[in-house]
Amino acid sequence: MQIFVDAWSEGWAMLISGSVGVWQIVGTSILLSGTATLLALLIGLPVGYLVGAKRFLGRRAALVIFNAGMGLPPTVVGLVVAMTFSRRGPLGFMNLLYTRPVVVIAQLIIAVPVVMAITAAAVSAVPRDLTLQARSLGAGALRVGALILSEARMGLLAAVAGGFGAIISEVGAVQMVGGNLEGDTRVMTTAMVQFTRQGDYGPALALAVVLMAIVIFVNIVLTGFQTSADHWEAGAR
Amino acid sequence: MLAAVLLFSMAGCSKPATSSTSAEKAVSPEVILASTTSTQDSGLFGVLIPAFEKAYPQYKVKVIAVGSGEALKLGQSKDADVLLVHSPAAELKFLADGYAKTRQDVMFNDFVIVGPKADPAGVKGSADTTAAMLAIQKAGKAGKATFISRGDKSGTNTKELTLWAKSGIATPTPAADTWYVSTGQGMGETAKVADEKSAYTLIDRGTWLSMAAQLPGLEIVLEKQKALLNQYGVIVIPESKNQAGGQAFADWIVSAEAQKVIGEFGVAKYGQQLFIPNAK
Repeated sequence: MQIFVDAWSEGWAMLISGSVGVWQIVGTSILLSGTATLLALLIGLPVGYLVGAKRFLGRRAALVIFNAGMGLPPTVVGLVVAMTFSRRGPLGFMNLLYTRPVVVIAQLIIAVPVVMAITAAAVSAVPRDLTLQARSLGAGALRVGALILSEARMGLLAAVAGGFGAIISEVGAVQMVGGNLEGDTRVMTTAMVQFTRQGDYGPALALAVVLMAIVIFVNIVLTGFQTSADHWEAGAR
Repeated sequence: MLAAVLLFSMAGCSKPATSSTSAEKAVSPEVILASTTSTQDSGLFGVLIPAFEKAYPQYKVKVIAVGSGEALKLGQSKDADVLLVHSPAAELKFLADGYAKTRQDVMFNDFVIVGPKADPAGVKGSADTTAAMLAIQKAGKAGKATFISRGDKSGTNTKELTLWAKSGIATPTPAADTWYVSTGQGMGETAKVADEKSAYTLIDRGTWLSMAAQLPGLEIVLEKQKALLNQYGVIVIPESKNQAGGQAFADWIVSAEAQKVIGEFGVAKYGQQLFIPNAK
């Protein structure tokens, strides 16, 4: 166990001394994955809502595609995005491979199906009677939409957590399209791969602890939202 | 420590099985060779390992291709049986620190500096590496060139840092020097980044020749310099899991037979030797 003791004392010293390298990597991770999650919500929430709430031809097919997209292997996303933005690829003229925007693009592609699928599931779980009743009481389409989203809010929070969780811990795609460039596209996961490969277990373990803390924090916040909402609902009834 | 316990328990589990199935074989078949990504990426192991396994059918070689720095660490923790690395100064320190007893020269190859075909820093025609590194730094500061570093403590990375130092340039860092990019990855990935970013990088000739077709934007801008030579050494790790196997590999790689394999590697495919055998 000495290896863990040594690595941890080194890693802890780096964290509390505010060692620029480690915290800069953490900042990059949060910035890139946070941006990708926001964009994924902008696309995934409306599309997931439409598929979940409306009845139309091909709805089933759309749901199948979203659910399949949730299992999309990130390395496949990484490969296709890397080829697309490579100099010889169709979007090579943009010179984006190994830059931050292309990391966000790859993470967005991974997160969007997750957000869509969870949103659609949450929205379709809202009882149809409720919307029919609202409509009969004279609510317009916008009011009904707001009501459905409000009823489905727990599921929507799960969509945020699911999307963010899927990309903050991902390593394959971000390595392939970002290139782990120091101070630029180096994120927690790719840095951990590099440090482990070099036998620098101290900074690797420090990043592992921060990554775990972020994942747990996100889930605590979400659980907090859920329980306070349950509480509110129970009190209102 | 944990790794050692794991290895020990694994050995403990597998031993009864092997002794009951093949009683004549007391030797452990797996030899763990820690070596560099350059030897792996150039394809040398693709011919060298099968030749060794033919000469010593009782052994199976498992290659761990990492930077020279990490390979030495694997030796230090006895997670490898034998090392084939190219960081002579670090290797001698490894011996001095008592982690191994002997180190033998095996072969050398050379590095080349590659860069964008337009050569914005004007490295082509530099008299030596000092002039080349100064030209890259100057163009980099002017925003006309980028240098991609391995940044992974590998033998290639160590060599690159030596070249800056020899040119009187303080070690560049991505934080202070916008023209200096560090990938923290292997030779192949780093060369790919250099190609995509139209940048300069230091690369061993073997990896360059095997990858040149995939790096259409790059060409050699400086080569055949004494400062670019790269010596490989073999080190047997004492008291490793399979020290006998490691010793067999080390003895074989400096033998006339293996040295011939090394000298012939790449000649048919690239029309030139990639590694020059020089075991004594």
